[in-house]
Amino acid sequence: MELVRFAVAVDVMPKDGISDPQGQTIERALPSLGFADVHDVRVGKRIELVVEAADPGTAEAVVRAACARFLANPVIEDFAIHVSGPEVA
Amino acid sequence: MSPIVASLRKTQRAPRVAIIVFPGSNCEQDVLRAFGCMGVRAEYVWHHATDLGGFDAVVLPGGFSYGDYLRTGAIAAFSPVMEAVRGFAAAGGLVLGICNGFQILCEAGLLPGALRWNAGLKFICRPVTIRVETTDSPFTSAASPGQGLEIPINHFQGNYYCSPALLDELTAEDRIAFRYAANPNGSVGDIAGVLSAGRNVLGMMPHPERAVDPAVGGRDGRVILNSMLTALQSLGAGAR
Repeated sequence: MELVRFAVAVDVMPKDGISDPQGQTIERALPSLGFADVHDVRVGKRIELVVEAADPGTAEAVVRAACARFLANPVIEDFAIHVSGPEVA
Repeated sequence: MSPIVASLRKTQRAPRVAIIVFPGSNCEQDVLRAFGCMGVRAEYVWHHATDLGGFDAVVLPGGFSYGDYLRTGAIAAFSPVMEAVRGFAAAGGLVLGICNGFQILCEAGLLPGALRWNAGLKFICRPVTIRVETTDSPFTSAASPGQGLEIPINHFQGNYYCSPALLDELTAEDRIAFRYAANPNGSVGDIAGVLSAGRNVLGMMPHPERAVDPAVGGRDGRVILNSMLTALQSLGAGAR
């Protein structure tokens, strides 16, 4: 079976209800910069990968497994996977 | 030499303590020296090691393993040596994770919960008082119940988190080893250290190895090291 390259992005965010000191600190700084109407700041991270797989579903499953074991910490983080491609070589 | 070790030496060989060194560990010399103050010769074990045979206790020291990339302790948790640490713990061996070592043990699933950024986003480096919450462990048996210990903390991510259900479980099973007298970092339940279900694995954010000499930071950390050595004696170090 021919493998193709899929671009995958993973958004890792603190779980709802888990304190996010980075988000809180940014939120407190915003009004002094004139952004008084900005609220509920949350800070996470985005991880981009290229996965060789037969189809998008397989690529997603591979990354899901990597997230569950390694890329995210299920105790404190949620993740969302976005598959695009196949990537043009 | 402590009396415990002296008597251990009369009957058996001296206990062997492994200090696991990851790329980015930076407290291994302090741990080595602290055990040296107690008359115990600890040894460095590089994270590529796959065998902990012959050791009586394992310490994961503080530092910034793998630069704290991804999450603190996340990459070290998959180092080759961690399979051996897992086996060592499963066999009932004493495993102590200090600071980054605690973070690694949580990431490896050997201890429950996770360590988050400190509330307030400040790196905190100062002595704190922790209260011994249980003396029913090989790490705290030499303490008196509720004893206050002054031990330094030195971390950016020591804000312990566990779910309310897990907190209930830890409380019911008497697995909270230490609580901060004054919470410095936002930890759930003021938790400074937790025990595994088998009570032979302890993770703690404060650094007991930095409190063994009155000339630099007092000697309250000796309570923890002494407890470990007592436990090794009763386990019959050397029989392993």
